[in-house]
Amino acid sequence: MLVLALDTATPAVTAGVVTLDDEGPRLLAERVTVDAKAHGELLTPHLRDALAEAGAGMGDVDAIVCGVGPGPFTGLRAGMVTAAALADALEVPAYPVCSLDAIAADVPGEAPLLVVTDARRREVYWASYLAGNRVEGPRVQRPAELLAELGSVTRVAGGGVSLCEFPAAVEVVGTAQPSPVGLVRAAGSPVLEGAAPAPLTPLYLRRPDAVEPGARKRVSQA
Amino acid sequence: MTGKVVLGIESSCDETGVGLVRVDNSGAVELLADEVASSVELHARYGGVVPEVASRAHLEAMVPTMHRALRTADLRLADVDAIAVTCGPGLAGALLVGVSAAKAYAAALDVPLYGVNHLAGHVAADTLEHGPLPKPCLALLVSGGHSQLLRVDELASKITEIGSTIDDAAGEAYDKVARLLDLPYPGGPPIDKAAREGDPRAIAFPRGMTGPRDAKFDFSFSGLKTAVARWVEARERSGEAVPVADVAASFQEAVADVLTAKAVRAAEELGIGTLVISGGVAANSRLSALAAERCAAAGIQLRVPRPRLCTDNGAMIAAVGAHLLLAGSAPSSLELSANPALPVHTISV
Repeated sequence: MLVLALDTATPAVTAGVVTLDDEGPRLLAERVTVDAKAHGELLTPHLRDALAEAGAGMGDVDAIVCGVGPGPFTGLRAGMVTAAALADALEVPAYPVCSLDAIAADVPGEAPLLVVTDARRREVYWASYLAGNRVEGPRVQRPAELLAELGSVTRVAGGGVSLCEFPAAVEVVGTAQPSPVGLVRAAGSPVLEGAAPAPLTPLYLRRPDAVEPGARKRVSQA
Repeated sequence: MTGKVVLGIESSCDETGVGLVRVDNSGAVELLADEVASSVELHARYGGVVPEVASRAHLEAMVPTMHRALRTADLRLADVDAIAVTCGPGLAGALLVGVSAAKAYAAALDVPLYGVNHLAGHVAADTLEHGPLPKPCLALLVSGGHSQLLRVDELASKITEIGSTIDDAAGEAYDKVARLLDLPYPGGPPIDKAAREGDPRAIAFPRGMTGPRDAKFDFSFSGLKTAVARWVEARERSGEAVPVADVAASFQEAVADVLTAKAVRAAEELGIGTLVISGGVAANSRLSALAAERCAAAGIQLRVPRPRLCTDNGAMIAAVGAHLLLAGSAPSSLELSANPALPVHTISV
């Protein structure tokens, strides 16, 4: 089956066409641009161009897999509403995937793994994995707090790694952002089985910055 | 069934709007559906629109609102011939949701996409109720985010700004004055209601930008808002009760007076025979009554769409798309992006 995979939870605008069968996912074409301000502009053209390179059209798509964050607000929504609209128009299911899980899915091996991405405002999103399964997270924290809490870390992945001062012995593995194949792999067997997808719910992990107004300010001198 | 179906998507502020219109070769634009999901109640406790809250609500509401519009029109997505979407002006994060959705729908359905100006949409709203606009006409757009006088020569290609607010939008002044008077958000309807019991001549609030040296078609509502605050505070200091109805009526009179006086003067000076008033504040009863009175006296035809079409909606965006289609305008590229500061003369991108 032909799967359209997309993610806008990191500074990358990620679009890919993946073929999926019992052997697992295989990349046919991808378009990735790292530009945190270009999600809205480039995502749909990237999807169109990747499909064209794969020799396919929108009508050939059997399923969509979409990273649902955690991601810093605005760009994340560009990907999610694109996935929702494509699924609606093409009448295919759209499967949500935690974007950190997709990064983890690209890292081979059973050893413990920490995935960290940039949450801006001097914080990181993170989740930890053992034998490919998420055991903690996703959460948002300051890097120092994360390091203090975790204790031993042996392997790390994700674009937030450079924001944390890991000990020199820690091995950096994997990619900075989810890949199309990682997204499809993380979405797991429901895609191939054609199971009903979970709702596309964004993982914001933060409340909106909004404060209720206090007593009104006076304009005249008391 | 003849004609082309145009889908319109609006997400520039706190309303997720999806509208459908049918346009035939004669230029007639028929309203088929106009569905809106508003997040206004989520913003009420903050006293104004919170962009992140609005953007989150757009994401949740987009596909359900689309489905409601299609059901209302008894159409399927496959029946859609073109898509128009607000690409500015507005809140960046909010616009992004509508633009991204429109691009995905356009790519999936393989139909042309038009990124259009929200303000042109407010003008086009009137065509859904009263038919084609005379050329030229003058438009007064008044809402929580905009206060502008526009000369409209061609809805699809030529709109020129004659004047605009130099500070607050008219609707913003309503929200701030409502807060001063302990009335709920948004401030337009409760002030309008309170004003009905009050005397519009009770307090002489200032008419902004009406001095001989002021730009004759620009507006200012910040000073008015401050004058109301000073007056209310003085009352409170003296221990007297604030006469809410009189303050509301006198404030509303000042707003309606300036807006209509400038609009009528612009129409007269430019020799334009038709005035369209649109935007959320157009629903204000005093503004429409005074505009009717002054337009009649000046021999100007007044057109005000029904309140449902005055506030933000997707049908008005579909109507702009219909006019672009009729005019043979080039569609937007799929690289279309939101432009929060899109100037009014850029009708399509």
